[in-house]
Amino acid sequence: MLKTKPDAYQEFLKGLWRENPVFVQVLGMCPTLAVTNSAENALVMGAATLFVLVASSGLVSALQRWIPKQVRISTFIIIIATFVTVIDFSLEALVPRLHKELGPFIPLIVVNCIIMGRQEAFAARNPVPLALLDAFGMSIGFFFALLALGSVREILGVGSLFGVNLFGPHFEPWVIMILPPGGFLTLGLLLLFFNWIKERKERLVRRLDAMEAEAR
Amino acid sequence: MDAPQPIAKAAEPSSVRLVATLAFAGFLSGLIIVSTFETTLPSITAHRDLRLEQSVVKVLPGAVSLRRMVHRDGHLTVVEREQKGEEIILGGYAADGRLVGYAIPGAAPGFADTIALLYGYVPERRKVVGMQILESRETPGLGDKIYKDAAFVANFASLSVDPEIVAVKKGKKTAPNQIDAITGATISSKAVVKAINTANALWLPRLEAAPRSGTETSETNAKR
Repeated sequence: MLKTKPDAYQEFLKGLWRENPVFVQVLGMCPTLAVTNSAENALVMGAATLFVLVASSGLVSALQRWIPKQVRISTFIIIIATFVTVIDFSLEALVPRLHKELGPFIPLIVVNCIIMGRQEAFAARNPVPLALLDAFGMSIGFFFALLALGSVREILGVGSLFGVNLFGPHFEPWVIMILPPGGFLTLGLLLLFFNWIKERKERLVRRLDAMEAEAR
Repeated sequence: MDAPQPIAKAAEPSSVRLVATLAFAGFLSGLIIVSTFETTLPSITAHRDLRLEQSVVKVLPGAVSLRRMVHRDGHLTVVEREQKGEEIILGGYAADGRLVGYAIPGAAPGFADTIALLYGYVPERRKVVGMQILESRETPGLGDKIYKDAAFVANFASLSVDPEIVAVKKGKKTAPNQIDAITGATISSKAVVKAINTANALWLPRLEAAPRSGTETSETNAKR
């Protein structure tokens, strides 16, 4: 296939499905498993990661010409860590309760592989508008992945969604879902589902291609 | 793809350039972080003070104002702000200025991380009269019942401290110094008890040595 000029819309979309950071690239597993024990935690973590990824990608892309490649990783880390610190203080000042709930996982955004991965793989070698689109796409893909996991785990493990009780007082919660094994179980099943859908699509495309080739 | 073209070898950046880049990045980063810290500090401190004040009112029924105190040279001293590393205790005062009791901070390792709490203590009755969890990262749906379950918190409304507080299985409470643990969250429940017992071991002897209001010396005359 000819390598076409990057289509801006594709750069944004790829992060949502085709190259979803959690379900396809399998990056950022630590916060994905640890912070999805409730839908609200997942939401705040997704939002914080979005801020850091977009801001870091924008800055790295803008400064790419001045960062010598020998020190690029260190410079990326400094940039990422600065933004994470800013959002850590901001969350503590603006929403102290949620900040307390997320606790050590906000500083851990620094070592989220998704962020570092996008800097190295994309932001450092692409113009700012594309880098921003890529960052947005990846962040939203991550956000949805977290929300999917968080919702499933909270619904099954507590019987509520965003704190709103769904099943009434007689629901026996499947407690393991909000503990670490539940995270692995849910993630595994979602990965299975995701890959099944991908494979079905690919089979369909192959069949269509074969039919097209026959018809010629 | 075009035929590979000979690429002129780019000059290796000097070490000075590398160090300078990192130093500059670090310097800018430091500037941004310090500015954010300074900007958010008043808000964060205000949140913490407000939370503390609300907690004192909650754990000491009848208290409307508080005074921070530290233990220096054998007696309780009222301070505006404690020194770094100093342990504080809060005196809760009713509207008429009368000392209602003390709000004592405590902490102990829970299931996930350290649990920090504040509890109200009335020396004359030798009872804990209220408890509020300040910091907890316990598991949502399980350990977080230590602050979400009203029945658990109610354990601490009138709890005798002698000889020490004990957590028993839910429904098996018999003595006034016992509390019902949360089913499925024994570690979190016991951590709460441990936090209070440890703080009692530290502060109760100090409170007994210092008789009431009279010996609270003020560092400044300014009220909190």
